[in-house]
Amino acid sequence: MTKIVNHSVELAKAGAGVESRLGKAWFMARTYPLGAIGLLLFLGLVFCGLFADLLAPMDPVTTSAASSLAAPGGIHALGADMMGRDMLSRIIHGARISLAVGVGSTIIGCFFGVILGLASGYLLGWFDLITQRFIDIMQALPLLVMALVMAAALGPSLENTVIAISIPLIPHVARVIRSNTLSLREMPFVEAAKAIGMSESRIALKHVLPNTLAPLIVLATAQLGSAILTEASLSFLGLGIPEPHPSWGRMLSESAAEYVRAAPWLVIFPGIAISLAVFGANLLGDAVRDILDPRQRS
Amino acid sequence: MAEAKTTAPAQTNPAAEPPVLEVTDLKKHFPVQSGVLRRTIGHVYAVDGVTFSVGRGETLGLVGESGCGKSTVGRTAMRLLEPTAGSIKLSGVDVTHLSKEELRPYRRQMQIIFQDPFSSLNPRMTAGEIVKEPLYIHNIGDNASRQEMTKALFDRVGLRQAQMNNYPHQFSGGQRQRIGIARALALNPHLIVGDEPVSALDVSIQAQVINLMMDLQEEMEVAYLFIAHDLAVVEHISDYVAVMYLGRIVEYADKKTLFRNPLHPYTEALLSAAPIPDPTIRREKKILQGDVPSPVNPPKGCHFNTRCPYAEERCFVEAPILKDKGDGHTVACHLR
Repeated sequence: MTKIVNHSVELAKAGAGVESRLGKAWFMARTYPLGAIGLLLFLGLVFCGLFADLLAPMDPVTTSAASSLAAPGGIHALGADMMGRDMLSRIIHGARISLAVGVGSTIIGCFFGVILGLASGYLLGWFDLITQRFIDIMQALPLLVMALVMAAALGPSLENTVIAISIPLIPHVARVIRSNTLSLREMPFVEAAKAIGMSESRIALKHVLPNTLAPLIVLATAQLGSAILTEASLSFLGLGIPEPHPSWGRMLSESAAEYVRAAPWLVIFPGIAISLAVFGANLLGDAVRDILDPRQRS
Repeated sequence: MAEAKTTAPAQTNPAAEPPVLEVTDLKKHFPVQSGVLRRTIGHVYAVDGVTFSVGRGETLGLVGESGCGKSTVGRTAMRLLEPTAGSIKLSGVDVTHLSKEELRPYRRQMQIIFQDPFSSLNPRMTAGEIVKEPLYIHNIGDNASRQEMTKALFDRVGLRQAQMNNYPHQFSGGQRQRIGIARALALNPHLIVGDEPVSALDVSIQAQVINLMMDLQEEMEVAYLFIAHDLAVVEHISDYVAVMYLGRIVEYADKKTLFRNPLHPYTEALLSAAPIPDPTIRREKKILQGDVPSPVNPPKGCHFNTRCPYAEERCFVEAPILKDKGDGHTVACHLR
């Protein structure tokens, strides 16, 4: 379902205005409208995360008995939770944690997954055999059990949550990259690179890796969304981000259990925030994949 | 054109410069593995004792039907596949057992052009980057001079310099093959192995690419090991022709002799299968029966005995060796 866009032709049609950087950005936004929406949502998330202290109207951890379960409106634009903490402020601060968990775990997971998958698929032999069995073991470990062990051993914290979420991503990425590498290493352009006298590591990085980018980006953006959701379930079990730090996931899961009837805004607003972040990441990922593929760029 | 250069084979004359490529008794056997323990249960005898040499500025055409091992010969001679036995000499230097590192400087002397112009170029690199890469790997020149060399290569193979920034998918099959040729030429090699370089192209484009290769040969004195199954193409470009059947060379001669006076029954059949573009000429067709036997289990004696119309008792017992029939025309047949 990807649209094939000939940028040079379209750019020529658009006229002289596209020479400027702004013109180019506007042109890209019109070519990939969904990607632009995704980028805006993602930038919004980053903006909230970076400037949470300035944006939030109140302190996210200050409690107030008077405004316990206050409805949206008045001084609490999005209402307040059971402890009277301002929901809007907590959601803005929560962006920071969601961003850290999503981006952090995706980068860590993809980094190790790519190294293992590429080396395994390119070198083959005993290295591949051992790596694949190791990955089987990693895939067999349930995420929650591993997170439980990590939380028990190291105590719940942001860093440990990020690591715990990134580990299940490694085998997924490694498998996808390996299978792609297996077919790419037999391609004539890889043979041509060998005939030139290129070193094996350079062939793997320069000729094989860039051609595995498309599935990697799809996986990474899907992970960005699911990491935010996984953090929610971990935090619900008390294994994720510790109180009183605002985490969208825990805000959603705690409230869903107890107050969904009495104070539905406690569930709705964190839910919307999670949906927008996940949706934005997926739209952005699809557009990035298309833009990075020269065959679709023409 | 090249007839003048093709005198006696160089190995018979020790005073002459050594041939660009000299392959002696080359063998490449692929193990056939089976079961969980990956036990070797047999071998594919893809190349089973092949000897030939290519002199400077000459073209050796290597013909044979699909699966006879001609591509494997090209790849093994390039050391893209490790030979099972035999030796490979590049301009007199034995490169058979050199390690990858030791081999790197010799890579400059031999390059390869592939059959499929679509999978032989990295889709994520521009045409300019692809042609420039060999220069970078071998540390030839600085960035600016590499750019100039790439431009010159584009001119030489008939591509526009403006196309350097285009990606492979923006070119036609013939243009992509020109990029492949430019990449092979970048290192100024003495030998280019053409692994069916035109068989994936339209006939009109084939002629352009063949003529380009012949022009480049005249200009740069590069030798070709030209692997093909199209006899008309081989007749046009080659100085010498070697005919392969099931991993062995069955006949070798200069182009004229081979096409006028084929001696091996297989060559006879091969030539009679090629159409003559003149409807008034009638000739006896020699149509071979059956298929090529499996290279896992080649027949005893002469490999061709299962399909040879003249096969005698000794053809099933004893494998024929290449015998010189005069003027370097060698044939592996008991009966000729």
